[in-house]
Amino acid sequence: MNIPFIKKDKLDKYWDSLKFAFYCMSHPMDGYWDLTHEKRGTYAAANTILIVTILVRLMSLKYTGFLIQVVNWERINIFLYIASIVFPLGLFVVGNWALTTLFDGKGRLGQVYMATCYAILPYSVIQVPIVILSNVVTVEESQFYFTLSTIALVYCGLLIIVAMGQIHEYSGAKNLLFMVASLVAMLIIIFILMLFFSMISQGVAYFVSLGKELLFRL
Amino acid sequence: MKKNLVRFVAVFLALVLACAPVSALAEASYTYVYDFWGEYQECPDAYNVSAVITSADLGLEKPIKNPQGLYAHGNSLYLVDTGNNRIIELNRVSVEKLEVVRIIEGFNGGPEPHTFNSPMDIAISEDGNIFITDMNNSRILKLDKDLNYIMEFTKPNDPTLDENLTYTPSKIVVDTAERVYCVAAGINKGLIKYEPDGIFSGFVGATPVTYDFWDYMWKHFFASQEQRAQMVNFVPTEYDNCFIDKEGFIYVCRDGVLESDLMSGSAVIRKLNLLGSDILVRNGYDEVPVIGDIFFGNGGGKTGPSQLIDITVFDNDIYCALDKNRGRIFAYDEQGRLVFAFGGNGGMEGYFKKPSSIEHIGYDLYVTDELFNTITVFTTTDFGKNIYQAVDAFDLGLYDEAGDCWQKVMDVDGNYYLAYIGIGRALLRQKKYKESMEYFKLKYDGDNYSKAFKQYRKEWVESNLLWVILILVALFLIPGIIKFIKRAKHEVNTAEYFH
Repeated sequence: MNIPFIKKDKLDKYWDSLKFAFYCMSHPMDGYWDLTHEKRGTYAAANTILIVTILVRLMSLKYTGFLIQVVNWERINIFLYIASIVFPLGLFVVGNWALTTLFDGKGRLGQVYMATCYAILPYSVIQVPIVILSNVVTVEESQFYFTLSTIALVYCGLLIIVAMGQIHEYSGAKNLLFMVASLVAMLIIIFILMLFFSMISQGVAYFVSLGKELLFRL
Repeated sequence: MKKNLVRFVAVFLALVLACAPVSALAEASYTYVYDFWGEYQECPDAYNVSAVITSADLGLEKPIKNPQGLYAHGNSLYLVDTGNNRIIELNRVSVEKLEVVRIIEGFNGGPEPHTFNSPMDIAISEDGNIFITDMNNSRILKLDKDLNYIMEFTKPNDPTLDENLTYTPSKIVVDTAERVYCVAAGINKGLIKYEPDGIFSGFVGATPVTYDFWDYMWKHFFASQEQRAQMVNFVPTEYDNCFIDKEGFIYVCRDGVLESDLMSGSAVIRKLNLLGSDILVRNGYDEVPVIGDIFFGNGGGKTGPSQLIDITVFDNDIYCALDKNRGRIFAYDEQGRLVFAFGGNGGMEGYFKKPSSIEHIGYDLYVTDELFNTITVFTTTDFGKNIYQAVDAFDLGLYDEAGDCWQKVMDVDGNYYLAYIGIGRALLRQKKYKESMEYFKLKYDGDNYSKAFKQYRKEWVESNLLWVILILVALFLIPGIIKFIKRAKHEVNTAEYFH
């Protein structure tokens, strides 16, 4: 494969790192260790997986059979759907890094991001076939769909836990503790963000009313 | 080309002008349904008011006062004139015209008094015996057709009933064997059932008690005495009215419905079988349960859920419930899907101030209003007739005809969801699975779609069996073959012979 302006060895590296994501899916312990320690992962591949995941989520919105999912297109906000993946992911990455960096975590911010992206691959891998499946099932058989989509989420969750353990070089118990702590950190970040936005909006409102008052008096 | 453009612009402008007055007049239509999303959809009228009958129309000396019940038996209609302690038997001369046959103010023989005190309801058995609930005399009377006393049913001799409770029977139904089922205020164990010989034989169809887990925890472990006293008791609800259909199933409904009751999923309308369990089918859209209105917001000073005060069931299992809160009538089909809803509060024809009772003869509806003291007669429009014809034809197995009738309905209202489902079901019975799937999909009828799809898939697999088998075989064989070729190549490449 030859694409102009991109060096062949870089392309090969990208391709290898993308294929490595599938290896991580089936051999998580080994895979996530090598991901950072052997530098087998790339940001390009991580970004690709994230984009593919977002696309799969949007596609499933459109192509899932109507027995399983009915979409009220008038009320759909596509950006909210994209945010429903990107926002929790960003929160988790920042929250996890912010905590683990204080407690001997070996992973850097970028590496946490990379590993998390690699870990959400099963969602796309399972979602694509079951979206096709969802179009050829009856109501009674739709249970297959729900079971498989639950499996996809659980799989992703387990991979994230393993990935964090490996890149931070944590033991099992410590890893689980910090997963829970990361969730708490995510909540705290949300709280602070909300506080921040409400403060800002109140501050802005104050100056706006001040301006109005001035204009009124002048 | 230019001519075409001019023509196009002209047509467009004409369309805009034609649409403008319609949108300017956009007020709520008299009849409506809810769609899959639970959104209000206008609908052509299924019923028209053909007459509003007053005391003067009937030529009564003493005007009707606070009528509480209406009962149809063959071609005659019994109006329970509660405020005047009498029952008026009317004969239906034509759709618009009712004629007084007799005024029942008392009966012959039996215990005193021989008159009624706030009669609430009347029922007539197959043998022609008349059953009347004489509410404030705490009895149900059984009279023969010439008003001679036969027997009376009094307060049930049941140890679970409070001794001081005044027995106030209000609504009754009688089945083919002359068993009597009665609703009484203050008794929440279900319908009171009397055997034909007058003996109380138990309660039928008590509502299961529903309560919220957190409410329960709060009440039992945290609330103070005063708070507890103020809280609603977790007791079964009382029914308010009942109707027995031609198969002997009793439909019951109730008012006094709170929003929280609906949240906890307690049923407003129930269909009781002989054992008293609820067998009402609720296959309608999730957003449109059998509760009447689904928006409880303030409109004209009326808030809260619909209070279904009375119910009547047609022979085709479509039932109409009367909402005393907003003065509306809700019709549901046997699957629990809203067929149409119409009515409202007000003084115009077809609107009510405080409706009290609903009854039907054929497909005509008779509704009393206890404040206007009138009977409003509704007859079907062509739209409504087509709906009923379609349902009847389908029940008789005339699927072609049902499909045609639904098509007529759809020609009038292209948004009407039951027409799509009806045509789909007719097509399904005609084994046109592919077409029926399209109709079901358009109106989000998952269950029927699923049925059609199952058959369609079966047919498809059968007609493409060869290909299906070939593809399956290929799926199993190809990886093996590739592996074999690869290995062969590898062995050839590494064979020592060539080196």
